[in-house]
Order: sequence, then structure tokens, then C-alpha cells
Amino acid sequence: MSKVEFNKETGPREVFCGLTSIVWLHRRMPDAFFLVVGSRTCAHLIQSAAGVMIFAEPRFGTAILEEKDLAGLADAHEELDRVVNDLIARRPEIKTLFLVGSCPSEVIKLDLATVAEKLNKRFLGQVRFVNYSGSGIETTFTQGEDGALKALIPLMESSNEEKLLLVGTLANNVEDRFKKIFRNLGISNIESFPPRQSTELPKIGKNTKVLLTQPYLSDTVRDLKHRGCEIISAPFPLGIEGSTKWFLAAAKAFKISELKVHEIISPLINRAKLALDSHKEILKGKRLFLLPESQLEISLARFLHNECEMDLIEVGTPYLNKDLMKEEINLLPDNTKIVEGQHVEKQLDRVRESNPDLVVCGMGLANPLEAEGISTKWSIEMVFSPIHGIDQAADLAGLFSKPLKRNQILTSKTLVTH
Amino acid sequence: MELTLWTYEGPPHVGAMRIASSMKDIHYVLHAPQGDTYADLLFTMIERRGQRPPVTYTTFQARDLGGDTAELVKKNIKEAVERFKPKTLLVGESCTAELIQDQPGALAKGMGFDMPIVNLELPAYSKKENWGASETFYQLTRTLLKEKVSSSDKINPLRWRELGRRPKVNILGPSLLGFRCRDDVIEIQRILSEQGIDTNVVAPLGASPDDIERLIDAEINICLYQEIAEASCDWLKRNFGMEYTNTIPIGIKNTIEFINEVHEKLDLPLTNKEELENKSKLPWYSKSVDSNYLTGKRVFIFGDGTHAIAAAKIAKEELGFEVVGLGTYSREMARQVRATAKDLNVEALITNNYLEVEDAMIKAAPELVLGTQMERHSAKRLGIPCSVISTPMHVQDVPARYSPQMGWEGANVIFDDWVHPLMMGLEEHLIDMFKHDFEFVDGHQSHLGHTATNTNNILNSEEKKGKNSKEGIIWTESGKAELTKVPFFVRGKVKTNTEKYAISRGIPEISDETLYDAKAYFS
Repeated sequence: MSKVEFNKETGPREVFCGLTSIVWLHRRMPDAFFLVVGSRTCAHLIQSAAGVMIFAEPRFGTAILEEKDLAGLADAHEELDRVVNDLIARRPEIKTLFLVGSCPSEVIKLDLATVAEKLNKRFLGQVRFVNYSGSGIETTFTQGEDGALKALIPLMESSNEEKLLLVGTLANNVEDRFKKIFRNLGISNIESFPPRQSTELPKIGKNTKVLLTQPYLSDTVRDLKHRGCEIISAPFPLGIEGSTKWFLAAAKAFKISELKVHEIISPLINRAKLALDSHKEILKGKRLFLLPESQLEISLARFLHNECEMDLIEVGTPYLNKDLMKEEINLLPDNTKIVEGQHVEKQLDRVRESNPDLVVCGMGLANPLEAEGISTKWSIEMVFSPIHGIDQAADLAGLFSKPLKRNQILTSKTLVTH
Repeated sequence: MELTLWTYEGPPHVGAMRIASSMKDIHYVLHAPQGDTYADLLFTMIERRGQRPPVTYTTFQARDLGGDTAELVKKNIKEAVERFKPKTLLVGESCTAELIQDQPGALAKGMGFDMPIVNLELPAYSKKENWGASETFYQLTRTLLKEKVSSSDKINPLRWRELGRRPKVNILGPSLLGFRCRDDVIEIQRILSEQGIDTNVVAPLGASPDDIERLIDAEINICLYQEIAEASCDWLKRNFGMEYTNTIPIGIKNTIEFINEVHEKLDLPLTNKEELENKSKLPWYSKSVDSNYLTGKRVFIFGDGTHAIAAAKIAKEELGFEVVGLGTYSREMARQVRATAKDLNVEALITNNYLEVEDAMIKAAPELVLGTQMERHSAKRLGIPCSVISTPMHVQDVPARYSPQMGWEGANVIFDDWVHPLMMGLEEHLIDMFKHDFEFVDGHQSHLGHTATNTNNILNSEEKKGKNSKEGIIWTESGKAELTKVPFFVRGKVKTNTEKYAISRGIPEISDETLYDAKAYFS
């Protein structure tokens, strides 16, 4: 392991909660509905994070707790029953309904597991119910996906068939590219989790080799291991380096020679390097500060330093699973400062003191930093854009070079900001 | 438990944030988990604010719950006070913290600070955003002024004469994330100043706690947005005798009435009464011949109480529209909206469910929708032109240019914003003339872009819900052909009416003649 500096910080945070991941999960599985059991705050959060009203009737909603629901839990369970009945009557096309716990539902100890169990019996053969918590007292931002996937694992049938299982939500086009490359490598049985239809869950077992596409799936990985799956240890497929090592690790697990991998992906690498050059020109030598949010920060730091030659000031991460991130941390330059957790005020002090060229942060902080003359990139864009794989390396770099390029064009110091 | 897909208002603590963020030298310590920090982006993204809201979130986690969350609150309060040095501290909790009952306000008061502390108790499971904003502004005003209550005489609105100066008023209610508040304030100040009236304090927008303490230097209060300021105005009236205005100066008639009301309250003679009608271009634009086509345009209105009521009045009296629907999500203003609706012979829709609003919109078959961001989406799906008149809003409703809703310029802005989405008068005639031309494509209107091409949505969306397709009724070829000749914006209504007519008469097949029979019957 490289000599990376680990720090921990606690204090006030500026990070989304796990409910936010519903915004991409419901797009991935169009036959599923996500019903948050929470407060008006939860409904307002998802609506605001989703950019307000893109969908006519979205495939997510909130059962908003009211005063009378807090008075007696029995009544709250009955009320939830009623809301679910109404919802299914209105949306008969729903195949899987996720009951998503929130901060208030966790605090009042609303037992969503029991509710789900009862509903499963009633709607047997029509709708499946699963539950998980996206609460901000237990999860941050992308961890919501971890909860949702973990909740689906018990529904997955067992099979000893040898297969490669890609775990973590990917953009559909990226997923297709990956599958094509793996087939070219000679791996023919490839499935994805989450699948594109919630009812088409992959079967798993001791010959399932799991390759993670996202770094925020600790609980899912643990449960897949319990089901006998083999977890392939690899960095994440961001950038050329990460993707190459990711393909190599998968190939090794399937006893495919390194030579074969290089033969298949070399043309892609050459093409990607060419595309990356113009971005590298802008990013090279620029100083980067990553605030914690999406949990992709460590992989992004590795890509932006190793392939785009940016200097890393500080790499924030909401939480650190050293085991899962081992391969990534090994690739970081010596003396990289990783900070787990957050004290947003102290961290912003460090941002100002270090005078970075670019800060990766959440939407609440971006404009205030821009107004101080600091260029920013919203981290939420990473979870909405197709950024994985060799073919997307230049696009990924482009997300970071664009604000710098724009800053140059506008010479921000002369603009009055409010 | 209420199933919500999209909500018009956020929780009450977001209302409190709106007050805190609007003001200077205030800090708000909010006992809340990390997810609640999303609310910052409402200000930094929708309003494009270059400053973070002055809010510290205690960010408690599940593991803190077994331990001492009260200590966590105190630590955060201490740090926030040291770092931000506010002149007044607001302390409150969001929905989850309300359940664990740490009483953060009481904790803060026990910490020995010498600044005023406002303990905000905003019930998250029964109240909403605007109520929270109103309550916060009221509690803040009360806290900062309560000591002056007994020592002050009632304020005589005519005292400016004895004091030998121009009359002074406060403008209360404008806040961040309100609809066009920034520009409304400029417009109203300009109008007042033209009339020889000075502005003492604008609050909460841009005010500091010191400004709140000087509220009583003014003679009267202008209550610009009742949702936010009425509770405070009421308290100032009860305790200091300060009168406040009731007229919201949106539209020409209301602006003139507002100016009259202010003059009456101050006993200030109004010297330029005749000039007022000509201060805005709206009356002439509305009278000019091209606007003839606006007569009787069917308009559906939904928004917050203040803007919905004002829009209804302008639509009917100043633009000659027919109001076919009126509603609000502001339950606090339901009574007033109902009264306005009654005058217009429509039934008021008071709801927090946007799908109900969409259904009402479909039934009313309007030619123009005036609503919030939600109605913009509904109208877009239905191919109906729409203008946004109220929050909740999108980043595009915070324009760079000066575009108030109030006063003379506000009336100009309203004329443009409401009329431009419609076809212009001459254009409508031309389309009517050429609609059988082979080159004519239904929905080919320059001002509607591509959205109007899906006009069949009106019919389809009704059919989907099983509310149409009346059993046993068949449309003949001639009937169908005639229906396509009906202008798209009333086609839904004509179809429903014709079917209703056919059923009532026991007519099994609708031909072109049935359509004309029904038309005659309903007209």
C-alpha cells in the first residue's frame, strides 16, 4: 500500500442522504417503484435533487408521515397499507415496490420489514415488496444504492453456473460496451445487478464472479460473499488505467491470458489516450480539492492524478472501506491526504487556504465557491453521466476540464458575483 | 399518511431558512441529519446565490442517538456562534430532530450568550414551508421588539406631520425563494418614493436584526406577501398600533388601489390620481386592436394565495379573459381564494396534490394556464400554453433581467409573459384562414414551438383514466372529421360535451350534424 495519509473528521456535513440514489435507481429499473416512508423533507429532497419534475408521474413517491401516524405505530402500519393499496391500484404496472426507510421512520422504529412481508403475501404473484433504509442518519448519498441492492439479494435464486456479474448501476450504453468487450475476451455469460428489469434478477452461487462497477457497495458485497460469490479484487473502471486493471482482474478470474486482454483493449486505449490529450493539456499541474459526497472521490483522484497529471490537495470521502478501496489506494501517489467524514466549515477553511484550481463538491457549495473565484465541478454529475470505461475516459476528464476552460474564457476575476 | 409525488411546499424549517438566508447577521442552527443539507441547493442553485445559507446542521447520526445528542447540539451552537458571530441566533429542528426532543432552543438559551436567541418550534408533521417562514419572521420580530412594547405609545400614522418629515413605511414579506421578490421591492419603493413616501426598512430581504428593531420608526407597514408577513404585521398592529395595507399591488387596478390605501392610512393627499392609469403600458396594450383576440380566452389559474388571487383579477378585469379555474395550495389563504372564485363563478380548488390540479385543468379545457412549475409541466404535456406566476419555481423563473410582478413595470411584465405564450391576434386569424391548406400542420404555431403538436393528449389522457370513451358511443367518419376542424385547445371540451349531449339524447352515433346540434345546445 502506498504511503497515503489517512485522516478522520467529524462535525457538520454537507452531504446528501441515501434517498438521493432513488433518482438513478428508478431510471435503471423502470418496472420498480420507490416509496419513501418519511416526511415532507424527504419528498422535497428527492424532488430538489431530481431537478424538479422531469417526469409526469414519477416512479418514486413519499408516504408523508403526519401527526396522527406518530401517535400510534399500529395506525401508521395501517395507513401505510392504505397508501400502498392506492398506489398499486393507480399504477398496476409496478412489479417491485421498494419501501424505503428514512430518518423519521427509523427513529420511530416503523417496521418496514414486517410491512413488506405482509404485503408480499397479499400481492403474491403481482408485486414484490422489499425494504431498505435510505436514511441520512445511517447512509450517505450513493449508499442508498447499496441498501437497495442488498435488499434484492434474498430474492435472487441460486445457481452454480459460471458467470461474470457486474454489480452497481451503469448507464445502459456503458453496460452494453462492457458486455461486448467481455464477450470479445471470451466471457460469454455476463449479467448485471441491478438488472434493467427488477423482475429479471440474476441467479447467483459459488461460480458467480462479482466485478464491482461502483465503489459504494460494501453491504451488497458482504451479502454476495455470503451467498458464495467470488469477489474479484480490482480498482474501479474509471479512466484508462482503472478500466484496464479492471478488465485484467476479470480476465484473470476467468483464466484468460493478459495477452488476450491487451490484444482486445489496446486499440481502445490508443484511441482513448488521443482523446484524453486535449483535456490533459488543461488539467496538467492544476491543483484539485475533492470534498466528500459521491464516494467516487478516491477513484476520481487516482484518475485525475495518474492520467491527467493534476495535483491532489485533499481527497475527501464520506466514509472509507479500506478493504474495498485497497486496489485504488495502492494506485494513489505517495502522501495523498485522504480525509474521511467531514467538518464542512473546517474543510472549507482548508479549501480557501490551499487556493485550489478546481474543487469537486455538492450543489449547495458550488456557486458560493464560484463566487469566491474558485472553479468547481458538481459531484452529482458523476452519478448521472456515463463515465465508466476506457471509451469514456476523455468524457470523464472533460467534466473537469470544462469548468477550467470556461473560467479561462470568462476571466472570472472581472465578473461581479453575488 | 399522505402519498406525495411532487410537493408544492417544503417543510416548515425550509421556510425558516428562507428568512435566515434573506437576512444579514443572522445564523440558524438546525438540529438535523446530514440529508437535510440538500436545502442549501435551493438557494445556491435556483436563486443562484453566491453565499451559503447561514445554517449549521448538527448532522446527528444513528450512532449518536444512543448517546448524548444534546451535547452535539451545544457543540454546534458554540462553534457556529464563535465562527459566524451572529447578532441574533435562530435555533430549531427539522422533522427527525423533532422526534428525539432535545429542545435545542432551550439548550441554546441556557448557554449564556448575550445575543437574542429565537427558539423556533415548527411542527414538521402538520405545517409547511410558508407557514414556517411566516412563523420565523413573526418570532424574530417579536423577540427583537417585545421589550419596547410597554414603553412605546401607539404609533399614530399621521405623526410624520408633527415630526416635519416625509412619511415612512416598512415593506414586509419579501424573501428569497419568493416569486420575483427582489424586483417587486425595487418597483414598490420606486412607486412610494414618487408619492413622497420613504422606505424605512425592507424585511426580511436584506434586513439585519438592527433593522428589525427600527421597524417602529415607520408609520405603517406594507404587507407585501401575506403568506410571509401577515402574522408579523398583525403583531405590530396589536402591540404598536401600526396599521398595515391589505392590497397586493399586482395589476393596474390593485396598484392604484394600493396607492390609495397607503395615502388614506397616512392621511396623505393623492395629487397625481389621473396620471396613474398611464404609468403602465398594460391598459393600452390590452385595449389595442391586436388584443381583441384575447377576449374570453379561457384561463386556468393555480398558485400561492397572493399570486393566484391577483392573477384572477387581472385576467378578468384587465385582459378580458374568462377565468375557468382558480385554486391554491396555500391552505392559509383558502378563504380568500374561495371568495375570489365565487365572484368569478368557478369553484375554488384547494389542494396540495398536483394530479388533482392536472385533472381540474383537463376538465376546464383552458387556452392558457397560469401556474407554478408543476402546472408548467402539466400544461406542457397537454399542449396548453403556460406562464409561471408563483412558486414553486425553477431556475428559469429567476431571470437576470428586471421583471417584477408588482406595480407598473410588473403589469408590463405580466402582459408580455401571459400573452406571448398565446398566438398573437393576427397570427390566429391567419391560421384560421389557412387551416385547410395542405401545408398546414395542426399545432403549427410559432409561439408554442413543438409542445402543441401533441394536442391529442387532451383526449388520450382522459381516455387513459377511463373518464371518457362513453360506452356505446361511436364517432362516425364525418363526426371525426368535423372534430379535427375544431381548434385544438377546445377540442377536448367539444368532444366531452358532444358525447354528453349524445348520451342524454340517446344518440348512438355522432356525426358532424350531432356535433353542431351539441354546439347549439351548449352555447
